[in-house]
Amino acid sequence: MIRVENLYKSFDNKTVLKNISVEFERGKTNLVIGRSGSGKTVLLKSIVGLFEVDRGNIYYDQRNFVKMKPKERKNLRKEMGMVFQGGALFDSLTVEQNVGFQLKLFTNKTKQEIAERVSFCLDRVKINKEFFKSFSSEISGGMQKRVAIARAIVLEPRYLFCDEPNSGLDPETSLVIDNLIHEITLDLNMTTIINTHDMNSVMSIGEKVFFIRDGKLQWEGTKDEIMKADDKHLQNFVFANNMYKKYR
Amino acid sequence: MDFFFHVGRYFSFLGRVFSKTERKKIFFRNVFQEIGTLGVNSVGLVIIMSIFMGAIITLQMVYNLTSPFLPVFLIGLGNRELLILEFSSTILSLLLAGKIGSNITSEIGSMRVTEQIDSLEIMGINSAEYLIFPKIIAILFIFPFLYILSVFFGLVGGLVVGTSFGAISPTDYINGLQHSFIPYHFSFSIIKMLFYGFLIATIPSYYGYYVKGGAFDIGKASMSAVVNTDILILVFDLILTQILFK
Ligand SMILES: Nc1ncnc2c1ncn2[C@@H]1O[C@H](COP(=O)(O)OP(=O)(O)OP(=O)(O)O)[C@@H](O)[C@H]1O
Ligand SMILES: [Mg+2]
Repeated sequence: MIRVENLYKSFDNKTVLKNISVEFERGKTNLVIGRSGSGKTVLLKSIVGLFEVDRGNIYYDQRNFVKMKPKERKNLRKEMGMVFQGGALFDSLTVEQNVGFQLKLFTNKTKQEIAERVSFCLDRVKINKEFFKSFSSEISGGMQKRVAIARAIVLEPRYLFCDEPNSGLDPETSLVIDNLIHEITLDLNMTTIINTHDMNSVMSIGEKVFFIRDGKLQWEGTKDEIMKADDKHLQNFVFANNMYKKYR
Repeated sequence: MDFFFHVGRYFSFLGRVFSKTERKKIFFRNVFQEIGTLGVNSVGLVIIMSIFMGAIITLQMVYNLTSPFLPVFLIGLGNRELLILEFSSTILSLLLAGKIGSNITSEIGSMRVTEQIDSLEIMGINSAEYLIFPKIIAILFIFPFLYILSVFFGLVGGLVVGTSFGAISPTDYINGLQHSFIPYHFSFSIIKMLFYGFLIATIPSYYGYYVKGGAFDIGKASMSAVVNTDILILVFDLILTQILFK
């Protein structure tokens, strides 16, 4: 469980997050939706501490992240996995080395064990063996995203953060990725937060949905409630694609 | 204002770079890699540069310093002293600041803008220490060697060009090289090289680490990094000469 309390974040007098309070549940895929520029990435990066917040508290299962010393934060981070909006693979390393990076650094696994774990994780995101030795610049954008997911789950984190994991993927692969994240969340009983503006994802894995507008929490609910919600701004977002009108 | 902001942030950055590592396992591998990319790859440039420096100094001496009143061994001696004291240390470092510095800033800078540095942080790794500490160690290790290499090839350059242009006989040149040699001048420059190496490793890293934006900003940061490193090298040359020769 991750609980955010009265979070504020601004960049040189421009307030991006305004008094956000939310609770993300364990064992569920929590979706944060909102238009481009609404503050989703800033929220996610504030939660994981890549941005220092101006005000507010962030609890990771009762542990207040905002009050932690750098050392404690570092330890907590070993329980986190994150997929960045751009993939952010290490371009000096191969696909295989990217995924195995933390195993090599933080575990005492043998070469053989690392190779096995890496190939298991890459298999889950459907990366073919022939790409294991490729560098990130040699594989497609969608594949980079999938490798990034494999890298994020390699240590079986308690908390998983995904910033638009399926932007740039075709609809079919998007669905595979969504389901994969959902599946892993259940398997490992993780607290998963996913940023997205893809309504398909909302409808398939939106167990809990948070709608952010202009840095404020505008609405929260489940994927079933979202279709019946009265909020004007949310409706504009949800029914931007006419296809979803028939659900209403 | 800007100046103090940068100085303050530079020192807090160094604080992060020098905090303790928990990953001895891959630290040495990283250092070796950096010795390769930053040091060994510079050897060719150092050799070519130094041959030309030595050759040009020698020719200038031959054409401007020869008179019946001056002994001919001054040419070898002059070349040796100029190389040992300034050319193979300061001038060489100004050049290496351009080559190594721009390489470091653009590497670290693109890792910043593509969120690779954030990825390291999320894994619970101190990215400043992980990325930059091995570079510092590698450069401090390799710089004295590059200096010695430069002095050697500078002297060879002087010999080859000086004698082949018929300006000086090999015996006179070599006599000059051996004349009143002061070992302290050599150690003085090695000390300078360590300071320069530290500047060349850390200032461009700093500029790369705090880049915001994209390719355009990385280009600008590389430029500022090289310019500021060069200026600081000259400032340190002045200070160290004053301190170590007084
Ligand atoms: N480092 C930063 N410095 C200054 N302003 C920033 C910074 N990062 C984000 N912002 C601002 O915060 C606002 C929210 O940005 P954010 O990246 O969170 O949007 P988003 O919801 O993730 O959009 P998208 O769906 O396009 O990724 C934007 O107006 C942006 O200009
Ligand atoms: Mg975003």
